[in-house]
Formats: sequence, C-alpha cells, structure tokens
Amino acid sequence: MFDLPAIRGSPRPMILGHLFRGVNVNVFNILISGVGGQGVLLTSKIIAEAALLQGLDVKQSEVHGMAQRGGSVLSQVRFGEKVFSPIVSEGEADLLIGFEPLETARYLHYLKDDGAVIYNTRPIGTIGVSIAAEKYPADIEDIIKSRVKTILPFDGTQLAVSAGDKRTLNLVMLGAALRFLPLKESIIIDAIVNTVPKKVLEINQKAFAAGKARVS
Amino acid sequence: MRHDGSHYMRSIFLKKTILSGNEAIARGFIEAGGKIAAAYPGTPSTEVLETLSQVEGIHAEWSVNEKVALEVAIGGALSGVRSLACMKHVGVNVAADPLMTVAYTGINAGLVLMAADDPGMFSSQNEQDTRHFARLGKIPCLEPADSAESKQYIKAAFELSESFDTPVILRTTTRISHCKSVVTLDAAESPAGRGLARDFGKYVMLPSNAKKRHVFVEDRLVRLKAWAETSALNQVIDGDKEIGFITSGISYQYVREAFPNASVLKLGISFPLSEKLIRRFSASVKKLAVVEELDPFLEEQIKAMGIAVHLGKNLLPSCGEFSQRLVREKISSSPLPMKEPVSGLLLRPPTFCPGCSHRGLFTVLAKLKLYVSGDIGCYTLGALPPFSAMHTCICMGASISAAHGMAKGLALQGVKQKPVAVIGDSTFLHSGITGLVNMVYNGGDAIVIIMNNDTTGMTGGQEHAGTGRSAKGTAAPRLDIAKLCQAVGAKRVREIDSYKIKDLEKIMKEELADEGPSVLISNQPCVLRYRISKKAFAVERKTCVGCKACLKAGCIALSFTPEGKTGHVEIDPLLCNGCGVCAQLCTTGSMKTM
Repeated sequence: MFDLPAIRGSPRPMILGHLFRGVNVNVFNILISGVGGQGVLLTSKIIAEAALLQGLDVKQSEVHGMAQRGGSVLSQVRFGEKVFSPIVSEGEADLLIGFEPLETARYLHYLKDDGAVIYNTRPIGTIGVSIAAEKYPADIEDIIKSRVKTILPFDGTQLAVSAGDKRTLNLVMLGAALRFLPLKESIIIDAIVNTVPKKVLEINQKAFAAGKARVS
Repeated sequence: MRHDGSHYMRSIFLKKTILSGNEAIARGFIEAGGKIAAAYPGTPSTEVLETLSQVEGIHAEWSVNEKVALEVAIGGALSGVRSLACMKHVGVNVAADPLMTVAYTGINAGLVLMAADDPGMFSSQNEQDTRHFARLGKIPCLEPADSAESKQYIKAAFELSESFDTPVILRTTTRISHCKSVVTLDAAESPAGRGLARDFGKYVMLPSNAKKRHVFVEDRLVRLKAWAETSALNQVIDGDKEIGFITSGISYQYVREAFPNASVLKLGISFPLSEKLIRRFSASVKKLAVVEELDPFLEEQIKAMGIAVHLGKNLLPSCGEFSQRLVREKISSSPLPMKEPVSGLLLRPPTFCPGCSHRGLFTVLAKLKLYVSGDIGCYTLGALPPFSAMHTCICMGASISAAHGMAKGLALQGVKQKPVAVIGDSTFLHSGITGLVNMVYNGGDAIVIIMNNDTTGMTGGQEHAGTGRSAKGTAAPRLDIAKLCQAVGAKRVREIDSYKIKDLEKIMKEELADEGPSVLISNQPCVLRYRISKKAFAVERKTCVGCKACLKAGCIALSFTPEGKTGHVEIDPLLCNGCGVCAQLCTTGSMKTM
C-alpha cells in the first residue's frame, strides 16, 4: 500500500489528544468596520503582525471581491495563546474600530457588554442617500451612545487630511485604538514598519502619531 | 485589492509569518518544487496565482478561462513537472470536462486543482459545494483548516497525486483562502523533472483505452480508501465522549471553539472517506455530530455506511457560512442570549467607484429602458438601483448567448424588442467569444456591448490576453477585441465612449433601429486598477435648482441637501473622480471642475 510521509512527523493516525485542552483559549477580539476603499484591511494587517511579533497566535479575516466596491467592509482580528476560529461572533468583540458612523452602528451587537468603540465621526453616504432615495440617519451618535459605555468618537478623516492624505485614515484609527489594544506600543510601531510600503511610511507614521495624540 | 507581494518577499527572511490561506498555498507550491501554475481570477481563489506570479523559476499565468488553466496544468504535469490550476468553485464547472478525463489518464508529475468555495456568497453567483466533483471524478479531495495546513496540504496533495497517479482537489472556502494565520516556512524541495509522458494506453483516451483506465480508476479508489484509513491528514482529538464531532475545513475551527473539550475526528481527506476510522470513532462516542458547511457531503456518506448521525443537517443549515456561535447554538439546540442588531439601518450595497466607466453606460441603458442580458463583473452592479438596468446574470459569458436566445424567443412571440448583452473584456475573452460566434452564425439580432476597461476588474485588477501584459507584468501580445469581433463576422463593430452619454444614446438608438448583430466596444481603463485621478467637479449653488437629474448617475460622491426652497446637490471633493457624467445630466450647467 502506498503511503505518505508522516505529516508533522507523527505516527498515523495522529491522536492529538489533549494538545489544546487546558490551553488558555481566551482571545482578544477586534472588529474593524468601514466602507470599501477606506483602507480597513491595512489596519487589521498591522494589528495581526504586532500580535505575531508579541509571540501570540493570531487569526485575521477579511472579505475581498464585490463587497469592496464602496460596500460595507468588515475585518476581524483575534489573538491570544491559541486561536481556533478566524471570525468574531455576535457578543464576542472586545473592541470595535469604526471608520464610519453607520458602519460602526451596524456591528454594535457584536460587542461584549464591556466592549469599547472608537469611531470616525465623518459620515459617508450610501448610494441610497446619494440618489436621495434615503436619508443618512441623524441619530447614529445617540444610538452608539445608548448602547456602549466606552466610546471614543472623533473626526479621523480630518486628522488624516491634516497628516497629508485622506488615505492614512487607517493609521489614524490605529493610533487612536492604541490605548485599547493589549499590545506593546513599540511592537505596533515595528509592525507598521514591517507592513506599510516604504515610500508612504513617513506620512503613515505621522497619521499614527496624530491618532494617538487625539486620545491621550 | 491589488496584491503587493510584500508578505511573500518578507517571508523569505522570516521563518514564522502571517499568510492568508491563498498565500500559504502558493508558498506550499514553492516548497513542493512546483513549476507550472495556471488560473483564471475568481474570488476567493485569486491570490494564489498573484503570489506565484512574483516568483522566479515558476511559470505562472492567467489563463483565458478555468478549462484552459486546468489543461495547461495537465500539460505541465505530462511534461514532467508538478503543476497547479487554481479557480473559484464555479470555475470548476468550466474545467469539469478535462477534470473528469484526466481522472482517467492520471498524471505524470503531480497535478493539483485548487478550488475555493464561497459559503455565504461574499462574491459569487451560487453556493455550490466542490467536494461533489471529487466524488464524480473518483479523485481525492483534501480540505485544510487554516493557513498552516493550506501549505502542508498542498505539499501532501502533490505526494498523493504522484503516489496514486491521480489529480487531487485541494478545496478551500472563503474563510480558509482569505483568513490569515501563522505559518512556519520550510525549505523548498526540488524534485527532478520526470520527462515527457509517452504512453498510448494511458494518455490517449480512445474508448478502447478509456475502458481499461476506468478499471484503473475504480481500483485506485479502493487503494485511496485504504490509504485514507491511516493517513495523518485525518486526526482524532480525544476528549469528552458525550458528543463526538466529525468535521472538516473551517468547520473544524468552529467546533473546537464551540466545544473545546469534545472528541473530534477532523477529516483532512473529505474524499474518499476513511470508513474504518469513522466507525471506530462513532462507536467511541454517545452521540455523533457531523458539522459541515453547504451540502451534507460527509453526512450522507457516513449515513450510507449505516452509521447513525444524531446531529447534522437536521440542525445545521445548508445555506450560508457557519460561525462558532451558530455551531454552539444549533448543536446544543439552545439559543444563546443575543443583543439585537440596531434595527432599520441603511444598507450599504456595493456600487460603481466614482469615475468608473460603467456609470455612463448604465445611465443610458436605464434611460432607454432596454432589456439587458448581463454577465459577471463589476458591471453586474448596474442591476442595482438607481440603474436597475440589468435583467439577467447567470454565469461567465452567458450574456451574449442568452441575449441571442432572447432575441429569437421574442421574435417568435412577435415582440419587437432588441435585447442588449453587456460583458466585460476579461469575461468576453473567458467565454463570451463563443457566444458571439454562435450569434453571428445563427443569424442573431442583438446588441453586444463590451466594456473593455483593460483589466479583470472585480477580482482586483488582473492582466488578461487583451491588456498587453502577462501575469508576471512582462510585455505580452495584446489581443485586439474589435478586430476579433470583425473576424467572427459581426455586422457592425463600433467604438463608443461610455463617458459621453449623449453620443452613447444616439449610437444606441441607431443600433436598435438597424439589423444586428452589432458590437459596441468601450475602451475606458478601470480608474481603480490604473489609479486614474481626475479633477473633482463642484456644484454652483447659485444656479443649482435641486432638480435631482444628476442623481441618476448613481454616484456616492453626490448628495442632495434639502435646504432652502428647492434644495441643492453637493459633490464630495474627496470622493469625486471627475468623470463628468453627473455634469452631463445637469439641467442648468451648474457642475464645473474646480
């Protein structure tokens, strides 16, 4: 009978036994929401990289393709000693980073009771708003306030534009999220250097500092 | 999003890195010493080939379609080198013809078909389960559960392929392909080339030879089943015996998280099943649960063994994707407390980018109220409001052939209406050409609009035979779509500018009045792929009368402010990309470049 060389160098069939039992499966769950084109994915990529550099297991989930064309975008990062599922279920999120108010409100039910929200207050209309078929809700800030204890709203788009490019919003949001992340700042800074393309690194570091300064 | 390859480049220097499942499959292909990789872009499979296109010493190509990609990979394997074809689930339908027969011939060097399913349909037109193709072709199917396994399993797939003389399906789902997790990198092997295969009885599928090969296929399946019994790709996690779970792929992760102490049989090989192992496992637990997204592929086979499945598709849905929460709730049949989502929130469906060349076309199609036979690509968004100007969308290339059938059907019913097919450049080259040849040959009368934006847009901007560049970015012969359409005999082939809506309307009316088939080609590049940035427009508040005519452009840079008597329109200067479609719709000339 043909057979394959052992995978992971173990006898066959592999009995993993209690390998993962008793391991601390507490994970920190982050949701990052926004509108396609806002650069949500880069923020989650940097956080995931930082978790890895800090010696943790990490999983990150994102959606490509059709959803990116100006639609609602959600990225998820989970890290801890051992992470199984790459997605965050309802009621599990420790932190929600919203790049846009409506897209923040959309995922509030994913938060834990004591979960925190930081979000960019600059609204982006939906296509329904643009064609005057719908109205952008005026009460989004109140809705978020009524549901969450720890909230940090600020005009991140303005900070990004001031840093030199609206596309650095993702680093502004990361800077603002810093104090909620159980990761070392120096490691996050290393993760930025590892992840952001060299030619736009400086402007992104500036945006990160602006976001951080906004909340400290 | 365009893949920048930075992860891969970095991974050369770091042993442990974060890779998506697709990047890990690419890395595994490199480590397995793979040489030929061919694919057609399709979410969620695209990044495998994108990553490989940056690697020296590997021939990585965007093939014209999935059938061609698989045939290229078959050729690569027959020439003696390990070869890979990648596609999304619906691409396997296109590649099914060669797949079912290469299952008979077998391979020379290893051959793997990577197929990515899309439970939840994040970017797909259906939710089919690729595992059925493994059973249909009697070939093995492996299912990794994270990025580390994605790398490991593709290497195992090549060994399996060569050990058993069979193509192997490596099946992922969106959450495997697009989720990122930690991968430890290993050195690349360099298996010696096997040389060109010459074996009349094995590789020439004349009936006399195929009869013998069918016997081989059946025998191979028996041997594969015996191998699956002891393969390390199937794993038992020994835990509580109350409920035992049989699962595979991403569902394994949800099960482990939802029931961390349970016994689990994780099937890395989802076809053929390891019957003895499954029997031993199910006998060791009080209740057996089978957890799998989409079809009850494992469950039905397990039931056919005469094994009782207590918890399975009787509780779990066949539609959509799972989560740890869903698995926990459904298996324990007790809903978890849940905060209500904020009700009544506006939806945010995807839409054309500001500046997109499709906007002008769909503004005109909507205005003329034409019946549009659509296709797969960004332009499918023309089916959504405010355009609502696409009325069918079935599969790649169907727009032209279906429009032809519609025209014939309408004529036989005495209805005077000329259908319009809308198709993109990459989709046209994929499988629209045959539809056009067919329409011309069979006396069709429809308008075919080819929206050539010089890229494969929806999947993030890949090259194709019409862009003049290869997957690796090197210069390539550039197919001339207009000349091709002329060569197949289309009566009129005209170039259009989809940004100029008055001209476009005039041309459409001419073509509707004339006998077809005619082909209209727009050659405006994708603003996203080519990073085209035009000067933003602004509204002159004094002259804007709030008539909302411009809003028919369906652009997110526009908004209506109901202030004053009439209200007025504003343009967000950060979003506007200066295409000028809204300005052409403006009744008062109030929209000007800043």
